[in-house]
Amino acid sequence: MINTTLLSSMLALAPDAHAGGAHAPATSEVASGPSWILLIVALPMVTTILCGIYAMIGNKSKLPAWTTVVGAGIAFLCTVAMYLSFDGTPYTVHAFDWIQVHFSSEGGDKSMIANFSFYIDTLTIYWMLFVTGLATLIALYASEYMSHDIGTSYCRFFGAFGLFVFSMACLVMGDNLLMLYLGWEGVGLCSYLLIGYFYKKPEAVAAAKKAFIVNRIGDLGLALGVYLTFVHFGSLEYAVLFNDPTLLGYVESAKVGDFSAIPAMAQWIPLLFMIGAFGKSAQFPLYVWLPDAMEGPTPVSALIHAATMVTAGVYLIARTYPMFLASEHALPIVAWIGTITALLAATIGMAQFDIKRIMAYSTVSQLGYMFAGLGVLTPTGGAYHVLTHAFFKALLFLCCGAVMHGFAGQLDLRKLSGLRQVKGWGIVSLGMFIGCINLAGVPFTAGYFSKDTILAEAFVTPGYAMIGWILLITAGLTAYYTFRVFFRVFMGPVEYHPGDELHDHDHDDHGEANHHDAGQHGDHHADHFHPHAPGWAINTVLVVLTVCSIFASGLYIVGGNKDAHTKHYADTMVSASTASYHSNYGSHAFEYYEKDPEHYPVPGIGPRGTIEQPLEMPLVGGDPHKMMYYISGVIGVIGIALAWFLHLFGRTNAAECKMDPIARMFGPIPKLAENKWYVDEIYWAILVTPLRIGSHILHWIDKLFVDGIVNVFGFLPRLLAWILRPSQSGVLQGYAVSMAGGIALLLLTVFVIILQGGAS
Amino acid sequence: MDSILSTSLAQLAFPEAVPTITLAHYLFVSAAMFVMGLIGFMTRKNMIIMFLCTELMFQGAGLALIAFGRHHLGADGQTFVIFVLCVAAAEAAMALALVVLLFRHRESLSSQSWKELNG
Repeated sequence: MINTTLLSSMLALAPDAHAGGAHAPATSEVASGPSWILLIVALPMVTTILCGIYAMIGNKSKLPAWTTVVGAGIAFLCTVAMYLSFDGTPYTVHAFDWIQVHFSSEGGDKSMIANFSFYIDTLTIYWMLFVTGLATLIALYASEYMSHDIGTSYCRFFGAFGLFVFSMACLVMGDNLLMLYLGWEGVGLCSYLLIGYFYKKPEAVAAAKKAFIVNRIGDLGLALGVYLTFVHFGSLEYAVLFNDPTLLGYVESAKVGDFSAIPAMAQWIPLLFMIGAFGKSAQFPLYVWLPDAMEGPTPVSALIHAATMVTAGVYLIARTYPMFLASEHALPIVAWIGTITALLAATIGMAQFDIKRIMAYSTVSQLGYMFAGLGVLTPTGGAYHVLTHAFFKALLFLCCGAVMHGFAGQLDLRKLSGLRQVKGWGIVSLGMFIGCINLAGVPFTAGYFSKDTILAEAFVTPGYAMIGWILLITAGLTAYYTFRVFFRVFMGPVEYHPGDELHDHDHDDHGEANHHDAGQHGDHHADHFHPHAPGWAINTVLVVLTVCSIFASGLYIVGGNKDAHTKHYADTMVSASTASYHSNYGSHAFEYYEKDPEHYPVPGIGPRGTIEQPLEMPLVGGDPHKMMYYISGVIGVIGIALAWFLHLFGRTNAAECKMDPIARMFGPIPKLAENKWYVDEIYWAILVTPLRIGSHILHWIDKLFVDGIVNVFGFLPRLLAWILRPSQSGVLQGYAVSMAGGIALLLLTVFVIILQGGAS
Repeated sequence: MDSILSTSLAQLAFPEAVPTITLAHYLFVSAAMFVMGLIGFMTRKNMIIMFLCTELMFQGAGLALIAFGRHHLGADGQTFVIFVLCVAAAEAAMALALVVLLFRHRESLSSQSWKELNG
């Protein structure tokens, strides 16, 4: 009975569609969907090809940008249509046969099937909605932001952009793990190409290589995980895999805390997936590439390195959540790594001066929250935070990008101040403010609700209270560093110094009149510098994202489904997919509790209550879900107040900082944080340098020993030739003598043989 | 060994002084011609002389063939020699042309002048 319910709840997407559950469709007979869904994947690829053609014919206009905007926009509309037409039953859309290997083994004939087809369920739709939506908006933003590079580079940028959207669509929509892997590598490639977009700048090239190599380490884990999945479960297709009775049996065992029934191989799979997720989503040991990735153009940072690609790790874990449930250690590790990352990145973010770097560390930190959310058994919270974070962090990045664009690459918060009052920067300031209150977790913002879900679940889930406290502290730090940026750059007295990317400002590609206000420039050296305020494209995108960020909080209130025991929109969407936790367990948790209180709560991932019926794990004397609203709200406001006092109150110029005396009280810690805890240097010392030395040694072994053996085989024939060559004297008679002598010798031999033959 | 060869004109002319000429005599002459040709080829430097020496070796071999053919009372040997003569004629044309070409390159007929074609 439990098994059928489980099965049906996994398949029944909008649970009201399959209230009975007993008549769930059979495992591998997932219905086929309409083929127009392929447009979502195909259109970005088409735009990439078109951009390549534009580059070849030497286009010098904004055509690549408009092509990409239109392509991504239609893909977004198709996604919306897919969402609206979704009736609750997952289906697949088949593009073409890709890999079909049939072989016989000990267990009989087997086949590995990985078709180029797409699996549509609520999780897919949820993810694709913001991926294609943000891609459209950010392409529009980039059309203006990249306008200094019109020409081949412009085509190259949008070509890689389209390829990224294609890869991301393959990653999210693919119906098997190999498609996911294809997309996974594809987004990694596009990330590399776009970080290294300014390839003449050595830092950009180094950052691109770093991102690619660090991601390779993670990808190895993912690849091994995919192999092991096939070896153990015999299939890579989601439709088969997540209805596999073996896997369901494991989850059943895990529910009662009996992990001895689950083979070690199955428990290893999520651990390997996890490594891939840590690489792609910049978690603790492998996060070092993301801050450096800010060398890429800002639209890329916003789309790839904040909103979409880095959430691929969260998607992977959410998609394969049953496998993670079936492992004793996977989810606790995910939770702890996420927590450590959140705290570490927040401390680094507090001490940086480059606003884009601060946003990058903030991204790492918020990704840590998402992982912690997954680890403390709330994939809903993780996925909801992905969505809200995608909006507000894209908004923050795009605002930083507008500042960078307008102030000639200036990103140092000590050299910018009071931008709010500069003419033409109102929308940017407003967008930044909305982004900041979301990130800081000011009550009733989207970021506040999504963060609360994770925090509260950390206190509810047995054994994770410590994680909850660390994440609460991190929330305070987040509020502080977020508003440090806002108060320094956008508030206070007006002062700005241009960056080092001063270019000819006479060209006016935005139709925006450069204003000059002598009073604002005052005493600083750049009297002739006119910051050019963002044009209509950037402002439109910022307005749309601001509105989205505000209304994302509404998703916490609407969209719940009483029948399915889901509380809000994200919960409904996630619970109806393979990332489901509550719908599988909610109604059964108490049965197990009554039967076997000894094993409940199981540290790690034992069963527990639902959001509606929480087990009493009181936090300061109340239900964590209710208390958290107050606690995290207060902590967020304290962080903001601190930032206000230190960075705005009484500040008279851009560089002044009241933080310095306080920082001195902490001894070397602020300096360590500013230098990113020397993590890069430590990696350099313990990994890169030994590897380099090792490769030099191997290089010489190769050169002397391996090449030596090969060269000996080349040298021997030459030696032989050198010995024999003098016989070719060039004297004609010499040859005649040898020929005659040879024949004579031959005849003599024959003669002797005949004589002996005659004698015997 | 009673053959036409044994009643040749020479025998008729000098019935006492010349003993019966056997196959061995012919083979001796043949071998002598061949060896003279060989020695000439190996010792002379002038390419035309060397070419003439190869002709001498040819004719030595041809003589042996005819002698054997007569000895076995067959036409094979003589037929074969006709062929050899044809080939030798063609070869003579080729060889002399080559010698002329080589001479034009070096203004010398000495085979030593081509010593640089060594290994």
